[in-house]
Amino acid sequence: MTYALEISALEKTYKGGFQALKGIDLTVSKGDFFALLGPNGAGKSTSIGVITSLVNKTGGQVKVFGYDIDTDLEKAKSFIGLVPQEFNFSQFEPLMNILVNQAGYYGVSKSLATERAEKYLKQLELWDKRDEPARALSGGMKRRLMIARALMHEPQMLILDEPTAGVDIELRRSMWDFLRELNKQGITIILTTHYLEEAEMLCRNIAIIDGGEIVEDTSMKKLLAQLDVETFIFDMKVGTSLSELDSFAAQSSTINYRVVDDHTLEVDLNKSQNLNQVFEQINAANIEVLSMRNKSNRLEALFVSLINKKPKTKQTKQQAVAEDAK
Amino acid sequence: MNNSIALKSILTKEIQRFMRIWVQTLVPPAITISLYFVIFGSLIGSRIGEMGGFDYMSFIVPGLIMMSVITNSYSNVASSFFSAKWQRNVEEMLVAPVPNWVIVAGYVGGGMCRGILVGLIVTLVSLLFVDIQLHNIWVIIATVTLTSATFALGGLINAIFAGSFDDISIIPTFILTPLTYLGGVFYSISLLPDFWQGVSQANPIVYMVNAFRYGFLGISDVSLVTAFAVIIFFIVTLFTIAMTLISKGIGLRS
Repeated sequence: MTYALEISALEKTYKGGFQALKGIDLTVSKGDFFALLGPNGAGKSTSIGVITSLVNKTGGQVKVFGYDIDTDLEKAKSFIGLVPQEFNFSQFEPLMNILVNQAGYYGVSKSLATERAEKYLKQLELWDKRDEPARALSGGMKRRLMIARALMHEPQMLILDEPTAGVDIELRRSMWDFLRELNKQGITIILTTHYLEEAEMLCRNIAIIDGGEIVEDTSMKKLLAQLDVETFIFDMKVGTSLSELDSFAAQSSTINYRVVDDHTLEVDLNKSQNLNQVFEQINAANIEVLSMRNKSNRLEALFVSLINKKPKTKQTKQQAVAEDAK
Repeated sequence: MNNSIALKSILTKEIQRFMRIWVQTLVPPAITISLYFVIFGSLIGSRIGEMGGFDYMSFIVPGLIMMSVITNSYSNVASSFFSAKWQRNVEEMLVAPVPNWVIVAGYVGGGMCRGILVGLIVTLVSLLFVDIQLHNIWVIIATVTLTSATFALGGLINAIFAGSFDDISIIPTFILTPLTYLGGVFYSISLLPDFWQGVSQANPIVYMVNAFRYGFLGISDVSLVTAFAVIIFFIVTLFTIAMTLISKGIGLRS
């Protein structure tokens, strides 16, 4: 089977001896929406740097759609669109020139590049700025410009290194919609982000890297299933008395309630419990619930627990699938 | 992959860059050269008399044109490539399937275009001060083309190694300018004592200026064959060095 990305025993030791990657193995299937998470300095950007040939590896192998970057680098590069973490376009060039030139580096003719530039600038709401120098754009616009630039040669794999850093929530959500649409069209997407909600909402598979090693490599669903306890917050109608809530919480022997204040209740649910049981008990007590939400991002809780552990024995997605099948 | 489109893209970007800032790139050489003509040509030149059988103003014109070509070819690539490194937009090319020779050719081509364009501007300005004669147009074209390529390659290597904007002014200030002034622009090296004539022959700019002067006036302190051999030697050497540096990712890839 040919993967969109196949990394084996990848190592990178920088001058000075810092070992950023300690022999990582990773595969990303074609058409996947894949999250690569890790704390700062974990090796995410180094991995992306090696894949895109901006960083020279010191060991291991990288294949992009079956093409080895050691032997077929130019072919491998042609499949990749990169949205780097830092702005890396000429601040003085107009947007249109940046996009058309970038397409030219991939052998796209000027007429086709101009058509594509118009298409992506319009989709990313930058068309009005097409003749302005890039330095005139806001931070969010610059991020969108980098996405448009990465798409100019219509790559089969898009790598985004923290694409929504510093972007407001409204814009972030519109970028999520845009990325989902690209993924639906068959483009493999690899995403690094510090917004774990983003990874949880968008990605089907996930790898967590820490200290240059992969500490988790599985599907998002399986990772989230590892959560033993999930905490929900219920907002009650104002006017519910504190004593009423205290008495309700004390009566339940099956579910663990905590009263935060006279209109807030926290509930811990383990895997054998469900929200129906909670609502049955609340209804029986005639308490009116206005809203409910997760106390914290579920992935965040797992992420923190995983990176606080010593790197464990690597479990690949294939192994996870095999274990699930047993 | 169509390399000609990639090459054209880099070349277009480079030409757009120096044309966008024409006040900084094209105007200063015209002003500088006018001052040279006024001071060395009209004011001092009239007291010097003839050199190599020509009046002093006519003698220095080819050297002054060549000086502008050298300076501009070099500084265009040095500043543009270093700026691309500094702003990190060089990564646009590094992540794309652009062969290294296309990157080198694109930047060198951009430097050559600016050098030759400035050379043309300076030639037009010089027409205001002196009647230019042409002895062999092909020698002029070949010399200016090869010389601009040589110094554009030099500027590229400088930019690859440079870690700051200071680093791209050190070589022009401490090496290029002295070599140019001692390269026979303002005098015939035959006027020098034997020892200094020998030393001058180690200066590659002597060969470029003299070949160029031959194209205009038909006189040269060095043989034309030697001059072209020296220029081609430098092009081959510098191109090999530039390709090796880019292939290894020196100053570009960590």
